[in-house]
Amino acid sequence: MTVTETPTRITTPSVVDGVGASATRPDGVPKVDGSFIYSSDEYHDGSLWGVTLRSPHPRARVLAIDTSQATGIDGVRCVLTHRDVPGSKTYGMKVYDEPVLAFDEVRYQGEPVAVVAATHPEIARRACELIVVDYEELVPNTDPEMSLTGQVEGLFGGGLARHVRIRHGDVATARALADVVVEGRYEMGTQDPAFLGPESGLAVPLGDGGVELYVSCQNLHLDQQQVADCLGLPLDKVRLVLSGVGGAFGGKEDLNVHIHACLLALRTGRPVRMVYSREESFFGHVHRHPAIADIELGATRDGRLVFTKVRLVLDGGAYTSTSQVVIANGCYFAAGAYDVANVEIDGFATYTNNPPCGAMRGFGAVQSCYAIESAMDRLAGELGLHPLELRMRNAIGEGDVLPTGQPVDGPAPVQEILAYLRDLPLPAGADHEAADMRTRPGGVGNVTRGEGIRRGVGYALGMKAIGFSGGMDDTCTARVTVWIRDGEPVAEVYCAGPELGQGVVTLEAQIARTELGVRTVELRDKDTDIAESGASSASRQSWMTAGAVVGACGLVRDEILARAAAVLGRPAGELTLDGPEIHDPAGHPLVPVAEVLGPESVSHAFTYRHRPTEPVDDERGQGNAHVAFAYAAHRAIVDVDVELGLVKVVEMATAQDVGKAMNPAGVEGQIEGGTVQGLGLAVMEELQITGGRIRNPSFTDYLIPTMLDVPPMPMKIFEFPHPDSPYGLNGVGEPPNLSSTPAILNALRDATGLELPRAPVRPSDLITEPPVEGAGPE
Amino acid sequence: MDIPLASGPMLRPSSWRGAMLLRSQYPDASPICGGTDLMVDINFGRARPATLLDLTSVEGLDSWELIDDGRTVRIGAGVSFTSIIEELSDSCPALAQAARTVGSPQIRNRGTVAGNLATASPAGDCHPVLLACWAQVEVESVRGSRLIDIDDFFLGPKRCALEPDELIRAVLVPAATGPQQFAKVGPRNAMVIATVSFALNLDVAGRRVGTGIGSAGPTPLRARAAEQMLQDALADRWDGSGGVDQSVCRRFGDLVAEAASPIDDVRGSAEYRRHALAVLGRRCLSWALADLGGMDGEAAA
Repeated sequence: MTVTETPTRITTPSVVDGVGASATRPDGVPKVDGSFIYSSDEYHDGSLWGVTLRSPHPRARVLAIDTSQATGIDGVRCVLTHRDVPGSKTYGMKVYDEPVLAFDEVRYQGEPVAVVAATHPEIARRACELIVVDYEELVPNTDPEMSLTGQVEGLFGGGLARHVRIRHGDVATARALADVVVEGRYEMGTQDPAFLGPESGLAVPLGDGGVELYVSCQNLHLDQQQVADCLGLPLDKVRLVLSGVGGAFGGKEDLNVHIHACLLALRTGRPVRMVYSREESFFGHVHRHPAIADIELGATRDGRLVFTKVRLVLDGGAYTSTSQVVIANGCYFAAGAYDVANVEIDGFATYTNNPPCGAMRGFGAVQSCYAIESAMDRLAGELGLHPLELRMRNAIGEGDVLPTGQPVDGPAPVQEILAYLRDLPLPAGADHEAADMRTRPGGVGNVTRGEGIRRGVGYALGMKAIGFSGGMDDTCTARVTVWIRDGEPVAEVYCAGPELGQGVVTLEAQIARTELGVRTVELRDKDTDIAESGASSASRQSWMTAGAVVGACGLVRDEILARAAAVLGRPAGELTLDGPEIHDPAGHPLVPVAEVLGPESVSHAFTYRHRPTEPVDDERGQGNAHVAFAYAAHRAIVDVDVELGLVKVVEMATAQDVGKAMNPAGVEGQIEGGTVQGLGLAVMEELQITGGRIRNPSFTDYLIPTMLDVPPMPMKIFEFPHPDSPYGLNGVGEPPNLSSTPAILNALRDATGLELPRAPVRPSDLITEPPVEGAGPE
Repeated sequence: MDIPLASGPMLRPSSWRGAMLLRSQYPDASPICGGTDLMVDINFGRARPATLLDLTSVEGLDSWELIDDGRTVRIGAGVSFTSIIEELSDSCPALAQAARTVGSPQIRNRGTVAGNLATASPAGDCHPVLLACWAQVEVESVRGSRLIDIDDFFLGPKRCALEPDELIRAVLVPAATGPQQFAKVGPRNAMVIATVSFALNLDVAGRRVGTGIGSAGPTPLRARAAEQMLQDALADRWDGSGGVDQSVCRRFGDLVAEAASPIDDVRGSAEYRRHALAVLGRRCLSWALADLGGMDGEAAA
């Protein structure tokens, strides 16, 4: 089935809603009118409800678990603990270290300890309360700096998950060339993916001892493997079907309800639903790693970078998840999108008893972009250069060599991106007294009529790899089938690439229309019956799915033309397929496809691979690790009330190269969404964690931007075709999330003159003009 | 063992009298009207009321009227924040402004001032305004009805003077006779719980100053020293003549901050809260004085 090169493409101009059109999402209207089935809506006749008992302690020894009282409740069908896990007791995306249910020790607040199935969710919840767990509380290790020693008792690896070293050129020697050196420490708090659709799913036991799981996730096949291992079942006894995903952002790459729901279903012989509550959800998924970055930049007087030195610490919390890869990705791009000859990067991922962290949109590059872009503004200030000018003087270009030794290939239109922001006129200053209060800092709170407001402008540039890096053999398979219905060809696309809301299902149909000229495309449910598609992550799914669907369409088209050639007695090479007709080279119809196929269907699968990559070495971090690169930049305009510390982001202008805007409306949506998620991280989104405990696990106190916090976003979408990808497309989803946060921080620094070493900023960080400190008479 | 999921019935009286009777029979029932506080507590597992007393069908609760020769607005317990914004912006401008800051449009369509009062959160958005306006809470039980002065209503965090058999029937808010202001600080520009809030009422007819502070103490608070200072400063200048200088505004803000007893929590530090109150007090007063100066003699008299 595996074919490595993509068949030739034919683009039929008559296609409606093909590639490049803002085709309507198939799930759009159902999501608006409420008929869309999210994973939390899945039900089955006679299904039970599963509920999870979680540890109240960030760290404790589990001495005993007594489930007898809970088991005795009417309506409770079973109560399971680690003893009931038939296969592997642990799972994980990279390392199997996270217990399905805690067995010796709990390592973070909210770790699952037992699960209950009952006829009603409230019965299950109350039964959970009757499970008696004998904990011996231990002092949690919550300081990542301590974990760096690798000597902390009770943590995996003594606290150190990975140290990544990148050495490029010679920083020690380069110091002598630097006229100006700036240093800074930048910290970032813990962001939550805050998807609106909580973790949920339905497990249905099958007659053959297997189980079927309808679930919202980002990678069906990796999940299937972990679930099967823990259930002690062969892969073919565990079938996963993608249910409606209400957002993920990386937070659904790790398992959540999966194994628990299946265990309960297999034990009770009944279908089991699980839906996390909003509060539980904050404990049920990984977060963005909080970061501490120490950064040093050296430059010549005329603003050329001569060295960059970074020490980046990401706290991964209790379990590994993807920490070892997140820190690598953070380090790959810690020197930013700049051409600098001498680079030293040391990145550390730690274990602590804080909540586990893992994948989240940007995957480590958000933290490092924030650090380097903050430092670049400090350097610009030191040099007396405009921040944009400093960036343009150092911007990376095609052929420049990254700190990992890989030359930048593919388009690298960083100058064009920055020039757009440079040339874009600034919005007019607001007349705060006349304006609607919703345009002012504090919004409807009615706190200012212009008093204390300062405007600031800030820029940031970001760069990230697209697709899986470091030598991973990354594949995506699609099957395309064409048959005749009512005299017209219909195509079905079947591919397991999860739809999270990003729109890959829209693209699947657009591609089939373009490649086959068909009007009607049907999309089959995504499940594990087809070969894997890889994760919807790393901004890779459009690229990979497109490669697979284009390939499968090509094989289908070739077979239809071969059949037509036989019918017509002409060489297939002369024929083209345009919707319902086979055409001759002049474009004249020769025979309807319906006549060629009759009652038969044509079906082909194709497995797509991107170009191979290699891991970087441990000593100097060198290697051609990446498939492709993407770039975006932002210009943020903010108004700050410097007496109250409140912020109104006035405008977020952005430019990004996407290679090919496969669905321009979808691309705009991704860029807006990424920008807003970065805005949240700049000014409000933080899980407040003290002593390993989350203090704000609710949307009352974990704030995400509302309509009033989201400004207009002038946008330039560049389409420099990527040479290696289907249609020349590039990944879109993550780059806008990188530069958004530091652009806003830099704008706030511009407005206030403050250093602002920590994101998100709190109101108290932004006050420059206290009339008096605290209370009291003057 | 059987776990009773909901031991009591769902009570849905259609008349006020019926509501009173059910309230006395089921003192443990949780009254529900908008449900914007209670349902959150239920969904988070913090409240598991055995019985709900649903007041949404009670005749006449969702209307307001002018009483006392038009000097007081009697706001029924079921009047939504949206109605207050749309219908009472002239007679109760600060209350309408506070209502604008409540939650989202959906929450404002459901939530009520009476619900805000019964929950008695120190962060309730209406409370500072009700304090500043010397509102009264009309409560009733089968034993009879009584008016509770707003200063006597809040007893502690989420505790109020309502007896177990009583329900709030209405809130009596004196109509504005001069400038009023309400301002609320939160780290998001809408849909946010107050970090601190402040209300100011210049009662021109009564020649007195009312204030209210939210989210800066175990209950909503009145800034008495600030009120007194400003009353003295305004003495014979209630007609808007003469003007009051910025130092009075500054002093006023400082006294507002002094009246607060805030704590550190996830929404802000005590220090920030005090600081922000000083700013809000100063700004609200400067806006109110500007409005006062703009009023003609007749309206101010």
